[in-house]
Amino acid sequence: MFGKVCGIGLLGVEGCLVHVEVDVQDGLPAFIMVGALAPEVREAQDRVRTALRNADFRFPPKKVTVNLSPADVRKSGTGFDLAIAAAVLGAYGMVAWREFEDAVFLGELGLDGRIKPVRGVLPMVMEARRRGKRRCYLPEENVREGRVIPDIEITGVADIPGLVSQLRCPGKKAAAGKGQPPASAGPFPETYDVDYEDLQGQALMRRATEVAVAGRHNLLYIGPAGTGKTMAAKRIPTIMPSCSREEQLEITKIYSICGLLPKEQPFMSGRPFRSPHHSVTVQALTGGGRDPSPGEMSLASGGVLFLDELPEFSKQVIETLRQPLESRSVVLSRVCGRYEFPADFMLVAAANPCPCGHYPDRNRCRCSEAQIRRYLGKISKPILDRIDICTETSPVGFDELKGGKKAESSARIRARVEAVRQIQKRRFAGRKIGFNSQMTAADLQVFCRLKRQEELFFRNFYQRNGLSVRAYSKILKVARTIADLDGSEEIGYAHLCEAVGYRSLEAKYWKSPGGLEPEGRRP
Amino acid sequence: MKEQEYLYWLCRVPGAGPVTIQKLYERYGSFGAIYNMEGRRFREDGLTDQKTAEQFDRWKARLFETTEEYRALGSRGIRFVSVLDQEYPERLRHIYGNPAGLYVKGRLPDDSLPSAAIVGARNCTSYGFQVARMLGAALAGEGVQVVSGMAAGVDRAGHEGALMSGGSTFAVLGSGVDVCYPAGHIALYEEIQGRGGVISEFPLKTKALAGNFPARNRIISGLSDLVIVVEARVRSGSLITAELALEQGKDVYAVPGMVTEELSRGCNQLIRQGAGIVTSPEDVLEFFQIKRDKMLKLREKNDKVLAKKEKKVYSCLNLQPKFIDQVAEDSGLTLSDCMTVLLELELRGYVEQPAGHYYVRKI
Repeated sequence: MFGKVCGIGLLGVEGCLVHVEVDVQDGLPAFIMVGALAPEVREAQDRVRTALRNADFRFPPKKVTVNLSPADVRKSGTGFDLAIAAAVLGAYGMVAWREFEDAVFLGELGLDGRIKPVRGVLPMVMEARRRGKRRCYLPEENVREGRVIPDIEITGVADIPGLVSQLRCPGKKAAAGKGQPPASAGPFPETYDVDYEDLQGQALMRRATEVAVAGRHNLLYIGPAGTGKTMAAKRIPTIMPSCSREEQLEITKIYSICGLLPKEQPFMSGRPFRSPHHSVTVQALTGGGRDPSPGEMSLASGGVLFLDELPEFSKQVIETLRQPLESRSVVLSRVCGRYEFPADFMLVAAANPCPCGHYPDRNRCRCSEAQIRRYLGKISKPILDRIDICTETSPVGFDELKGGKKAESSARIRARVEAVRQIQKRRFAGRKIGFNSQMTAADLQVFCRLKRQEELFFRNFYQRNGLSVRAYSKILKVARTIADLDGSEEIGYAHLCEAVGYRSLEAKYWKSPGGLEPEGRRP
Repeated sequence: MKEQEYLYWLCRVPGAGPVTIQKLYERYGSFGAIYNMEGRRFREDGLTDQKTAEQFDRWKARLFETTEEYRALGSRGIRFVSVLDQEYPERLRHIYGNPAGLYVKGRLPDDSLPSAAIVGARNCTSYGFQVARMLGAALAGEGVQVVSGMAAGVDRAGHEGALMSGGSTFAVLGSGVDVCYPAGHIALYEEIQGRGGVISEFPLKTKALAGNFPARNRIISGLSDLVIVVEARVRSGSLITAELALEQGKDVYAVPGMVTEELSRGCNQLIRQGAGIVTSPEDVLEFFQIKRDKMLKLREKNDKVLAKKEKKVYSCLNLQPKFIDQVAEDSGLTLSDCMTVLLELELRGYVEQPAGHYYVRKI
């Protein structure tokens, strides 16, 4: 006797349709499972047998073989229990499995026959729909999440008897489905509980943040503790261009796999903000495990990865950021396959200016020049190379705290940012890149042409300060974004001047004690 | 065997400080005689303690080695100038505990020219840094030799100022003369050798130990006619230098600062105790009886040539670092205007950035 239904598993961030085939033959009683199974999938046999028996299904002792195909793809997770149970019932002839070829089953079984929620429902249901399935049986708790996907019928099942009654007379499903919210929930509006209005003063920090977001430049804040670095970073998602439905789904997928979706609204409507502690490990950042699950970089994808106290992060951890910052994805290779997770985040970092955090207030800071240099020197050079904008913050004065006038709201900043993103979209149409920060040397030639006067100024500045080629291109890219914000086709003098002000850390701190080399002073 | 070679050996014996060496010399008349003496005798004559006497005996075997080292100094561009030499600075001969010999890279200060020490805090403010640089430049420009310790902060500013105006400057180290400390000052270390000299009383390869610095400070003040303290906390090495200078009978000058500033408290205290006050380089030049045709002003920059916006921004700045947000607010300009103007001013040498986006006037 034979039975077959569809289950679904996870490979990285994508769902993977799995056929669960059950064959029942005479022979020594046994329950054999094959098909590249992880331990938790193999354990399913005990859960399934016990759960079925406890739901008052008696099976004659036979030799039962279960195959999960394709047999060469590794299967992990506990979501196959329900499909195996359904296939076993089908093989014993208790339900008519041929009527469910357009359905997938998903859920973990308890020994009492109850069906428990699983992680990663969203990508799995998406895959089911992509593969042309019409129906999906899910644990009750996962129904809301499943309904996010349109054009597929989601049925919640609470326990084995409920499943069997669904399977025996599918007509009843409508009754069971009643009382639930209508199919395909959403759209969910994007909401944040923070706003840039809350941030008083700090004109430079606000401006630098806006420029960074507009051109999608990575950003570093340097300033004493308590000057609003974290506050500003937390609000960056509120000024990034609003999420499209596709982006929301991509973000939600990752959170679904990690089991981080809130129960009330199992959907990520806004952009994520992740702030891992500086003791974070490489694996926690990239994702890991034998069957890899996404790390902080993927959780921040589409939003902001904020590294507070950048000098405190271990060098190894910081180095792992390099490749994902270029390729916008994390690739993890394992024996059983190669997994690609998205890592399309904006990197925002914060650091104190010195070990005590008060420099340049010499009444409070007694750090020596060498100490300060050593402290900031801990920041990895390659990662600084990937940060285009570096800005300082200063302690907030009382007048600013008192807040006479209200600060600009996120919505207004976002409008400007979105306009600049549109400019970039048009500019880079037909190219592989989408943002000013991604321009290559060749692109700079095309899009960052300077007029004669500006070029003269910049050449002068470049030579006098001994800029590196990298610093040169960073300044140009940032100047391009500033010009875009200004609505200007050409990069003007003021744009260049502002971009020079955001140039990176090492050029500012202690290169020469007076900062820039003045005219007339020989090198 | 020359007397100098015996002296060099004596200087290398651990525990034989300048005072001990002088006592031994006075007692036995020549360094050769000291070498040929048994260490036991020194103790019996009450000139050294037991430990040092034993060191003498132990080091006798190393005379050959130290002599080789002495003879090889020249090939490394180092000279060993001892009290026996004509070249030994006159100023040093008269201080208590003067070093028996100095390692020199470059020159020693000229006895016939005036010399002034500029000392102060390593973690100075940009006010201290700028004043020290300006004083260094003004003094060296008038032919005064600038002596300092090549440390970070004020010391460095003093040297840099002197180098900027083309004068000569001398650095007295707390490490061996072949050790550049702090290591980051290697460019300064080399430039000073070309335009003056680097001096140390410590044997080659000596590390910069904390205990060496007070000893070094006595040479700084000893080589100078007066000591200028630019910025100093109340209990600091710079005040020790000032004290040593007074013991040696040198004049002490101090640069006043705000009474609320930690880093000016030491200086203000010196002034209250009667030190000379430096309100402009003239105050110091007057001491040397150097007259200038043109009055030097602390704030030499002429803001008449600045454009309107630039003048507005410049007038908002002083010598306390001011964050750009504040500059924008005080001048009433927009942030991006402010950035343009400040960069312009910076490139023209009117302002500088002690830390990112903090600005001060440049003097």
